[in-house]
Amino acid sequence: MDIIQPASRMTPGPDRRPGFMPWVPYPYTKPCCEPVAHIRAEQLSISYDSRQALQDVDLEINRGCITAVVGPSGCGKTSFLMSINRLTDLIPGCRVSGNLHIKELDVLAPITNLLHLRRMVGMIFQKPTVFPFSIRKNLELPLREHGTHDRTLMASAIEKVLQQVGLWNEVKDRLDRSAQALSGGQQQRLCLARALVLSPDVLLLDEPCSALDPISSGIVEDLIVSLRGHYTVLIVTHNLAQARRIADHVAFFWSFNGVGRLVEHGSAQEIFESPKEELTVAYISGMRG
Amino acid sequence: MRPQSRTIQEDSTTAIMWAAAAMVTCPFLWLIGDLLWNGVNQLSFSFLVSAPLNAGREGGIGPILFSTLLVVGVCMAVTVPMGLGTALFLSEYTRDDHFLGRLIRGSLDVLAGVPSIIFGLFGNALFCQVFGLGFSILSGGFTLACMVLPIVIRTVEESFRAIARDQRLSAAALGLSKPTTIRAIVLPAAMPGLLVGIILGLGRAIAETAALIFTSGYVDRMPESLMDSGRTLAVHIYDLAMNVAGGNPNAYATALVLVGLLLIINCSSSWIAARWTSFNQLPA
Repeated sequence: MDIIQPASRMTPGPDRRPGFMPWVPYPYTKPCCEPVAHIRAEQLSISYDSRQALQDVDLEINRGCITAVVGPSGCGKTSFLMSINRLTDLIPGCRVSGNLHIKELDVLAPITNLLHLRRMVGMIFQKPTVFPFSIRKNLELPLREHGTHDRTLMASAIEKVLQQVGLWNEVKDRLDRSAQALSGGQQQRLCLARALVLSPDVLLLDEPCSALDPISSGIVEDLIVSLRGHYTVLIVTHNLAQARRIADHVAFFWSFNGVGRLVEHGSAQEIFESPKEELTVAYISGMRG
Repeated sequence: MRPQSRTIQEDSTTAIMWAAAAMVTCPFLWLIGDLLWNGVNQLSFSFLVSAPLNAGREGGIGPILFSTLLVVGVCMAVTVPMGLGTALFLSEYTRDDHFLGRLIRGSLDVLAGVPSIIFGLFGNALFCQVFGLGFSILSGGFTLACMVLPIVIRTVEESFRAIARDQRLSAAALGLSKPTTIRAIVLPAAMPGLLVGIILGLGRAIAETAALIFTSGYVDRMPESLMDSGRTLAVHIYDLAMNVAGGNPNAYATALVLVGLLLIINCSSSWIAARWTSFNQLPA
């Protein structure tokens, strides 16, 4: 049963309680990988206290595509990712300036409803971060928080996302056991399911495979590929081979004297086969970075 | 270095370690042994429930045990909500370098080092006189709360801070509000540390003497309300040992009860903490 509707398609009714957005099931229609800008960053700069971490990033990210963000450590990739769901707000001293839009939504505007934004933009971290309670409760918590309390509705949503991440058959008999007892790869898939259960439009993946063993990593990677067309996926990765395997577009960042900048952005084919910038050539051939 | 001398060096180091450990353990064992040797004969069920007679030389400690529970109960009733609230405020709602947070933390650290006799005099001035509560269980409980709060707050705050940043980030990334994050993630995960903090405070409160002499008083009758004066175990021991000739046997027995209570509290807290942790790591 396809019941989940992307957040952006919901009728934007008046939002009286801060942070409240009813979660309404709706027939899902699959968007395709299309050259329509979904996320648009203009002159985006991020600084921590007085240290500039990212400067003047202009980037358009297409809807339904997998965009890999690559570059050496400390070039502001993760900061960039975290500015998209405003997790940067949680970092003391962090300032984000410039323009950042997800469709018409002005992400950086002070009045932007953060809980709604973060429901629309899911995020997975490097280390699997399941909460220390049961698998079911891990998935129910975000649903409840966003206004779904009906048990059958929650149960069907949980089954659907667990099937989507290929975890259903592994865990269906132990949904009430602790999620921390799962293996690393299973935990990461559960985290993905937990993000998907809110039916986001955008998924931010911050090196989702780097803490996993090769087999789990492969499973998660296949899973990410299966998201193509359904979600706009941004994945930070250090693994160029992985970026080459899965990405439609690649954004290449580089750190200039500690300040991250976007060097080049294009389709994966362009970046890997005919990069324009010398730095890109050096980086993808393994000569730098 | 030849192998032989290395062995000698290793052996002597080990011996020194053992000696140090033994020197730490011996006084404790001696103390417990002494208490048992001198106190266990007086100990009986009737000792625990009957009233003291002849200034405590005879009879039991019934009212004193009850007063102790009341004083500690009042103390905890104040400490737990206030401690939890302040710790949450410090760890979740203030930045590390925020002026207010630093002020609160600094004053708590100073308070934690203030001798209990000062708390006793302060409690006497504030609760007994200014608030007009007199020598009462309420005054004693409040004074103990002032004394115990700094320790509880700092321990509980540490346990909140120990929760991985990842957990908070991923909660925020799911659009969970702050109250939900605290209720569903921070509090359960910090529960063992929270219990330890509270038990630490409880242990300190139950064993306190100086702060209570000036606030909850000496009266060894069964208290009729929280406004009555009440004598706690530690005060009773002090009184029997210092002021009552021939009070030593009952002082020993009372001390045994107090130490027993402390042991029970400490063991149960580690047991609860262990159970809590193992529940969250049950093999699936």
